[in-house]
Amino acid sequence: MQKESNLRPPLILGDKTWHSITEDVCRPIEGKANKWWWLAFSFSLAAFIWWLIVVSYTVGTGLGVWGLNKTVGWAWDITNFVWWVGIGHAGTLISAILLLFRQKWRLSINRSAEAMTIFAVICAASFIVAHMGRPWVAYWPLPLANQFGSLWVNFNSPLVWDVFAISTYFSVSLVFWYTGLIPDFAVVRDRAKTKARKFWYTILSFGWTGTAKNWQRFEEVSLVLAGISTPLVLSVHSVVSMDFATSVVPGWHTTIFPPYFVAGAIFSGFAMVQTLLIITRKVLGLEEYITVYHIDMMNRVILITGSIVGVAYITEFFIAWYSGVEYEQYAFINRATGPYWWAYWSMMTCNVITPQLFWSKRLRESIFATFIISIFVNVGMWFERFVIIVTSLHRDYIPSSWTMYHPTWVEIGIFIGSLGLFFTCFLLFTRFFPVIAMSELKTIIKSSGEKSKKAQVLKSKEVHS
Amino acid sequence: MEKQYWKGVEELQNDAEFVRLKNNEFFEHLPVDEVMSNKASSTDNTSRRDFLKFMGFSVAAASLAACQAPVKKAIPYVIKPEELTLGVPNYYASTYFDGSDYCSVLVKTREGRPIKIEGNELSSFSKGGTSARVQASVLGLYDSARLKGPLANKKVSTWASVDGEIKKKLAEVSASGKKIVILSSSVSSPSTKKVMTDFTAKYPTTKQVVYDAVSSYGLLKGNELSFGKFSIPGYRFDKADVIVSFGADFLVNWLSPIEISRQYAATRKLRGGKKNMSRHIQFETMLSLTGSNADNRYKIRASEQSAAVAALYNKIASLSGGVAVNAPSIPADKTIDSVAQELWNAKGKALVVSGSNDPNEQVLVNAINSMLGSYGNTINADQPYLIRASNDEAVASLITELNNGEVGAVIIYNANPGYSMPALQAAINKAGVKISFADREDETSAVCDYICPDSHYLESWSDAEPIKGVFSLGQPTIENLFDTRQAQSSLLTWAEAANTDFHTYIEEYWKANMFSQQSGMSSFEAFWNKSLQDGIFEINVNAGAVVAFTGNIQDAAAKTQQPKPGVELVLYTKTGLGDGNQANNPWLQELPDPVSKVCWDNYFAVLPAYAKKMGYVQGTVIEVKAGDFKIKGPVLLQPGMTDETLAIALGYGRTKVGKAGNNVGVNVYPFVSVENGAMKYYATGVSVTKTPDDLYELATTQTHHTMMGREIVKETTLAEWLVKPNSGNAQLTIASPYGKKKPGELDLWATEKNPGHPKTNHFWNMSIDLNACIGCGACVVACTAENNVPVVGKDEIGRSREMHWIRIDRYYSSDTTKENAEAKKLGKLSMYAEMEKPAADNPEVVFQPVMCQHCNHAPCETVCPVVATTHSMEGLNMMAYNRCVGTRYCANNCPYKVRRFNWFRYNENEQFPYNQYDNLGKMVLNPDVVVRSRGVMEKCTMCIQRIQYGKLDAKKAGRRPIDGEIKTACAQSCPTNAIIFGDSLDKESEIVKANADPRSYSLLEELDTQPSVYYHTKVRNKVSEKKEA
Repeated sequence: MQKESNLRPPLILGDKTWHSITEDVCRPIEGKANKWWWLAFSFSLAAFIWWLIVVSYTVGTGLGVWGLNKTVGWAWDITNFVWWVGIGHAGTLISAILLLFRQKWRLSINRSAEAMTIFAVICAASFIVAHMGRPWVAYWPLPLANQFGSLWVNFNSPLVWDVFAISTYFSVSLVFWYTGLIPDFAVVRDRAKTKARKFWYTILSFGWTGTAKNWQRFEEVSLVLAGISTPLVLSVHSVVSMDFATSVVPGWHTTIFPPYFVAGAIFSGFAMVQTLLIITRKVLGLEEYITVYHIDMMNRVILITGSIVGVAYITEFFIAWYSGVEYEQYAFINRATGPYWWAYWSMMTCNVITPQLFWSKRLRESIFATFIISIFVNVGMWFERFVIIVTSLHRDYIPSSWTMYHPTWVEIGIFIGSLGLFFTCFLLFTRFFPVIAMSELKTIIKSSGEKSKKAQVLKSKEVHS
Repeated sequence: MEKQYWKGVEELQNDAEFVRLKNNEFFEHLPVDEVMSNKASSTDNTSRRDFLKFMGFSVAAASLAACQAPVKKAIPYVIKPEELTLGVPNYYASTYFDGSDYCSVLVKTREGRPIKIEGNELSSFSKGGTSARVQASVLGLYDSARLKGPLANKKVSTWASVDGEIKKKLAEVSASGKKIVILSSSVSSPSTKKVMTDFTAKYPTTKQVVYDAVSSYGLLKGNELSFGKFSIPGYRFDKADVIVSFGADFLVNWLSPIEISRQYAATRKLRGGKKNMSRHIQFETMLSLTGSNADNRYKIRASEQSAAVAALYNKIASLSGGVAVNAPSIPADKTIDSVAQELWNAKGKALVVSGSNDPNEQVLVNAINSMLGSYGNTINADQPYLIRASNDEAVASLITELNNGEVGAVIIYNANPGYSMPALQAAINKAGVKISFADREDETSAVCDYICPDSHYLESWSDAEPIKGVFSLGQPTIENLFDTRQAQSSLLTWAEAANTDFHTYIEEYWKANMFSQQSGMSSFEAFWNKSLQDGIFEINVNAGAVVAFTGNIQDAAAKTQQPKPGVELVLYTKTGLGDGNQANNPWLQELPDPVSKVCWDNYFAVLPAYAKKMGYVQGTVIEVKAGDFKIKGPVLLQPGMTDETLAIALGYGRTKVGKAGNNVGVNVYPFVSVENGAMKYYATGVSVTKTPDDLYELATTQTHHTMMGREIVKETTLAEWLVKPNSGNAQLTIASPYGKKKPGELDLWATEKNPGHPKTNHFWNMSIDLNACIGCGACVVACTAENNVPVVGKDEIGRSREMHWIRIDRYYSSDTTKENAEAKKLGKLSMYAEMEKPAADNPEVVFQPVMCQHCNHAPCETVCPVVATTHSMEGLNMMAYNRCVGTRYCANNCPYKVRRFNWFRYNENEQFPYNQYDNLGKMVLNPDVVVRSRGVMEKCTMCIQRIQYGKLDAKKAGRRPIDGEIKTACAQSCPTNAIIFGDSLDKESEIVKANADPRSYSLLEELDTQPSVYYHTKVRNKVSEKKEA
């Protein structure tokens, strides 16, 4: 049993018992969805179906339906890929690093953050496949045994590292997430009143019986997986950044990229968690579990990572000037003042200026302000990738090949569609999976629940008087 | 009792035999030995296993047969033709002449199909050079718009019936005393001229009229006025030290560009110890390719050109003591004074040419050349050009005759007045009988009574005499694809000649006329075979005596065009389309204009400052009116144009040429007016109105026009180069912990002990002399033909998705440089902003062909996840299309941006209805090169198929490849030999010498990509600043 200072704000508000937590968390699964859910789901599903259409159109016709050209070979596709991968990072950070650091406030949010990770990585992976000229041979970059002769993948290529990084990331995150879900599935199973629910949750709960041995193993596996996941938080986006950093393109070839990308990923990931949870807690009535304290804590992470990103932007400019390299200098001047200046300044505004508002405690604790700023950060981080990719490529070494890139409706459609894919998954998750890790949350009800804290305060007062 | 399980009764009983057999691997006897010794069938003991095997085989065979792939039948030769081996190309010498351009060519055929045109190196005239139009002409053979047989009154007919009707009608016309007119473009073939004479003998009222859409009448008539002979003397640019051109685009369009550009380049090259180069000064109205190559270029108004020539005449006359003429003063007078001095100093080694079609201006030019002592030196009057015979006077009188009803029949050969001269066409329509030899239903033939389609030149016999003493033979390289007939045979048929077969006719003609002009061979058969094999027969012609100028200079000066105020319009021809006869050729349509880099369009080029004044931007649609004709077209901002002047290309706006060429651009031929009996290719007093139409999108392959102060094309001047051979090409060093080092010395991998991959067998390198490259684009088309590069069309070009493996970058100089930015008080941001703008008034222009640089430290190779692009032992960067998954990382990481991605399936796709779409067009594909599928990357391979072929050829002969034996398509096609290709391990090779030149550099050396392609610094022989001041 853990002890916690009474001065710390409670992590669970209200008069919660173990049973009421179970009730609160299982309610969305057992009850009927409200109209807001249905509305959101219809939109998401429509966008997801649209995604299927535009992706099929691209695969069927050729990448020419996008706006790419001889000079700009990547644009929205890889922007979206990096954006989605980045978003995923918050989930892993929350569930792995915060677990290792024994940050109990993670317990209310880790489940949905991890779900977000999984869905974001699915979206990201879809862009890897879709951006290929021949997606039907998308498995070739995997080092599979094959009958093509002594043909192997190119281990020098950052894209191969990328394949390893993303596939490792996805599988570890999925296992971690699922492991955590098992005891909660068992709760749903045990409470199930319909045959179908009983059947499915029996399968999902993997024969969980809740014995001491079960719990002991559960704790051990969680800790091991957290250990495996922790380096991934740093490595995955470092590897993604190497897609750019190991190239010769001015504006990409930058040693600062790995830490800068990791910070950016956590930054954007937390922003997305905020965006999602602020809505989820309201719609599912989980305000007492995901409290203003949680929001405040996440805003602090956003503030710190946002500042790191801001420093990185400035460092890039300094190094470009300091290097004395003509191409490097022009790449950055072009970023800020060239034809895509608007993208650069959108990025700067959203990523550097808006998070600085979180120095104000009032704004950190304002749900409305948090929501707005989280949207800004999401937009800003999308622009960051767009700026890095498109403005670096469109004017590189040989001016005769300089050109402009304009997205087509198909690319925009695929991005909107990928949001549909993400939200469809996420909304189904809120209906069928326990959105809060209830069995874990119950472990802190005694130490961090409002009720027990009050009781303790009362008790200590009695002792003193 | 213990339970016992058993599998069979035998096992239950377990007798001794069973136990013995059970220990064998196979329980039953296998008839292996019997089968092996073929005894199985005799003993006939088919076992159960055999039965299963047979059944299994039958089922598999039956199901395999059921899912058979669709069969494409390839019919093998029953009897192999003697000269044809599958996979081995045959080359036939032939002659290209389309009415304006002449070239001696070799036609590469594969399995009987002509697939590529190469220059004929035996010809002293073209010396292996070609042009974009010559390279593209092979595709014309496979043009599906060609007629499949003769047409009578628009209905499909037969030759027999067409011939019968025509003969009857011609006889009627002849009997009535009315004229029969053969209207043709210039004819260079001596035997065809004889055919026409024979035809005239049969129909005595026959008259031949030469009508060239882009006329050289001014030159011809000017020489008649000057020397009494209606002919064009031979120009020898290679003997000139100072070349002054007044609007003559002699490198790609004027007179004989392939030959002239080679001569010109010879004076420009600075290799092999040569220390001098010619000085080229261009006065012109629009920025032409030739003007772009000039050392000094001066702008004049179109109507000022004659005055400028007159001013030059006066200055030279004052130097030589001649009489002055009346010359109106123009702004360029001062410049002309200094140019005159230049010319005078180079007396005997100077050459002045003019592109004007005004005979009087040509008289002045001839007078200047005469005073400069050019005749006998840089001009050989004894060896005149015979490729041009334009007669504008005759055309004018023909119109009168037609209108008067004096002409009964018109036979149109290789001319298209319906497109290029509405006045002539209107008159022709009045003729009783109209016969056309057009290969398609074009603007003219569509209104003719009979179309008797001529065969393509690759299906025909032909000869030519481009310049006196140089004869050229052309032979068919394929059977007629369609039921077409050579025009000469048609004429002979109608003339009821005894021999209508042009093959024997031409042979007889050569026997009678050419055979006698040589003495080396005694048998005609040997002479004929040699001439046919070489494609040429040349005899020595006098070096050219000095001819006396007898023209009336005062009269000429009085009659020349006078400067006029107001807006002017210049008409010109483009390198790709020329006069428009090959407008249905998608390779030419997709060839970017060398200067503007626009494809698939013509446009009104205007000076940016003028456009700004008038409120035009790129793509503004304007309506231009000159004379009675007005037309709408888009604006292109063209630095280097003369103010208040529009320039637009002829050859576009065809309406009946075929699906690729129809309605591409606008037809501006109606702007051509006739003045003083000569066609005039500019107009004065033009009125321009801006239309409210939407902006028109011009498809261009280059959207950025300056070098941004980067060392991409390195440049120097002759004066500096003479002092310092590496001027403009200083060795770049990188500051490192080990001191200043050359990029190649700072290697991450190679050490002294391990110097990298060994170079063992060959190491292919390429060297491009930027002094010799004129930017003409012949290499681009040659590469397209050799490597099956798809045509993507205007829309895709507009999206920057051209597929050309070789491109020619064109940069304009900028008024702002890094050096003068400080003096101009510009900060870094405004400096870059200013450097983006080309010098609007009169920029210097540089060209740089860029293909895959075959980096030996290739950025593309390391980033491919699937090893689809790799390096060969011979220094080539290779692409395995089959392995490519299309991530495009290689293209992003290519600093030279030479990689091309297949955004769509470009073959057999109705979205791209060009030559890879229809079955006929596909015949031109090179079977040695894969047609790439959608989603894969492609790029220059340095013609690896040619390297392989050359290596195998050498291997068969048991030797090393000889230097120069293997040539890439681009190097082969280059009219100026700007591209050298070779094995850098062959120490005696040209490429090794070239790479050792202090001018040699590699592009973006600081990246240490170690390209296999090198460039040679461009050297300009500018009039020095001091002299000008």
